[in-house]
Amino acid sequence: MSIQVRNIQKQFGAFTALDDISLDFPTGELVALLGPSGCGKTTLLRIIAGLEQADSGQVLLDGEDASGTHVRDRQVGFVFQHYALFRHMTVFDNVAFGMRMKPRRERPSEKQIAQKVHELLNLVQLDWLADRFPSQLSGGQRQRIALARALAVEPRVLLLDEPFGALDAKVRKELRRWLRKLHDDLHITSIFVTHDQEEALEVADRVVLMNHGHVEQIGTPEEVYRHPATPFVYGFLGAVNFFHGRVEGDGLRVGDDHLNHAAGSFGQGAEVVAFARPHELDIVVDGAAGQGIAARISRILAFGVTARVELDGLNGATGQHFEVELTRERVSELSLEEGQSVRLLPSRLSIFEQSHAATAGAGK
Amino acid sequence: MSATKTFRVLPGFNLTLGYTLGYLSLIVLIPLAAVFLKTAELSLDEFWNVVTAPRVLASYKLSFGMSLLAAAINAVFGLMLAWALVRYSFPGKKLIDALVDLPFALPTAVAGISLTALYAKNGWFGQYLDPLGIQVAFKPLGVLVALVFIGLPFVVRTVQPILEDLDTELEEAATSLGARRWQAFRHVILPILFPALLTGFALAFARAVGEYGSVIFIAGNIPMVSEITPLMIITKLEQYDYAGATAIATVMLLLSFILLLIINGLQAWTAKRTGRDR
Repeated sequence: MSIQVRNIQKQFGAFTALDDISLDFPTGELVALLGPSGCGKTTLLRIIAGLEQADSGQVLLDGEDASGTHVRDRQVGFVFQHYALFRHMTVFDNVAFGMRMKPRRERPSEKQIAQKVHELLNLVQLDWLADRFPSQLSGGQRQRIALARALAVEPRVLLLDEPFGALDAKVRKELRRWLRKLHDDLHITSIFVTHDQEEALEVADRVVLMNHGHVEQIGTPEEVYRHPATPFVYGFLGAVNFFHGRVEGDGLRVGDDHLNHAAGSFGQGAEVVAFARPHELDIVVDGAAGQGIAARISRILAFGVTARVELDGLNGATGQHFEVELTRERVSELSLEEGQSVRLLPSRLSIFEQSHAATAGAGK
Repeated sequence: MSATKTFRVLPGFNLTLGYTLGYLSLIVLIPLAAVFLKTAELSLDEFWNVVTAPRVLASYKLSFGMSLLAAAINAVFGLMLAWALVRYSFPGKKLIDALVDLPFALPTAVAGISLTALYAKNGWFGQYLDPLGIQVAFKPLGVLVALVFIGLPFVVRTVQPILEDLDTELEEAATSLGARRWQAFRHVILPILFPALLTGFALAFARAVGEYGSVIFIAGNIPMVSEITPLMIITKLEQYDYAGATAIATVMLLLSFILLLIINGLQAWTAKRTGRDR
């Protein structure tokens, strides 16, 4: 089932949680709502579920206006960050809850319920835990039970609010893969909220990036990672280096240094900020002054497949930190040492106007 | 054995256990033992005659019946009060929260006199209830009113912290799974609150059984109708019949103990059934 939201507006006192949000979630897709805390993503999810009312705007489920429909009639499955399992019920009773709450004439028989519960517990691979209480399960198990419970009422859409937020890193990674696989099997339209960019990029078909109640960018994980539309997206997705500067001639002036990169449509003298990913920077040991950005190596981390070089800016970029990713061969070829003064040459730069960039890195 | 000795940050097991036992003996056990000792002065026959006298039997019925009823009423309305205090914010909430404790602090005689004044035939409430044929003061109903009054804080104060910890997510989860309001309350909220509610009920009941001051003013103390058991004890004392007084006290103690034991058992049973003890 498809979900559309139209011009959603939500205010908490003087704070604007959602400002005129319109989005389409096509049938069968797994979409991530990604953004820093306080960006409105959870509020949007709760409005779609009906747990929260928008001040204005519409929620369309399958093209039908559901804005006035109560949560229990919307047929949405909601999974909470802290599981919200009923701790006085066994795992079995938790999963059976939705079916048992149905009006008598729609309610399946206890036998049918038992069959369905075991089916769902098998689906989440936890059938052997049916008689346990939630307090006896690990966090990862609890969240899978919460998911089975939500699926028991055969929801038309599945909404997950930071489903892995309370779990440790290893379990999180496992569950991510598992959720993706589950979605590929069930093909139920799903939206999940996360502040973890890696999680969003890894699991979702599409990513909606939000900040301060606005949608910054919508796209496939590759699109948003490779072609960030705004400085915020650039700063939020992955490690990034940024240079504040001014358009001068056919390049940028950053402090006392100069970068030979076409500044595109920006006028002469415009204040801009330029972004480069760690792998888009190269280190030059004997560069002439005025070429690239002067910096001093503070640390070389060479334990991974690639080496990470951390640098402190010099010449007007003092106090700024840079991060460069190089192959280990390149590091030994250049015979880099900690404390050495070098120059940074970007192979690719994305340039945005300064005023715009004020929000960049806000989520970091 | 060093293998069985567990390290504790705060030492003092011997001291605290000794203190607990000593204190408990001094304050609770020795006075209670004295009650039994004094009772033992009576022969079994005399004892039986005292504790099964018709007036005394009627007082058991009134005391225990009204105490259970008052505790039950307090369980329902105390829960509602606690709910309103925890879940909603409204002007004067802090004040109302403080008012809940007043029955704890007020001398019970004051409460008894003011309740009597209110519910007497010419009182503020009594003048409207009387034409309807409802008489509160000097009737068993008056006893109930006084017992509800003094027991109210117990339920509110035991349920309140549990309600504060109760996540609204649980209700949201229940509704998103299709539960109606009543179903969410009955199947999700009530089972979680039940142990605390039971504790509050037990405390309110225990307090009500032992209450004297507020009840004797409003009860009217009509033999066979509105005499409470503590009053029977006082009556015996006033007649210098100490053994008779302690005999009734013994029965009261035992009955209260049995009822509290049942309530405790019920609590343990629900805890087990809902996996809380694991």
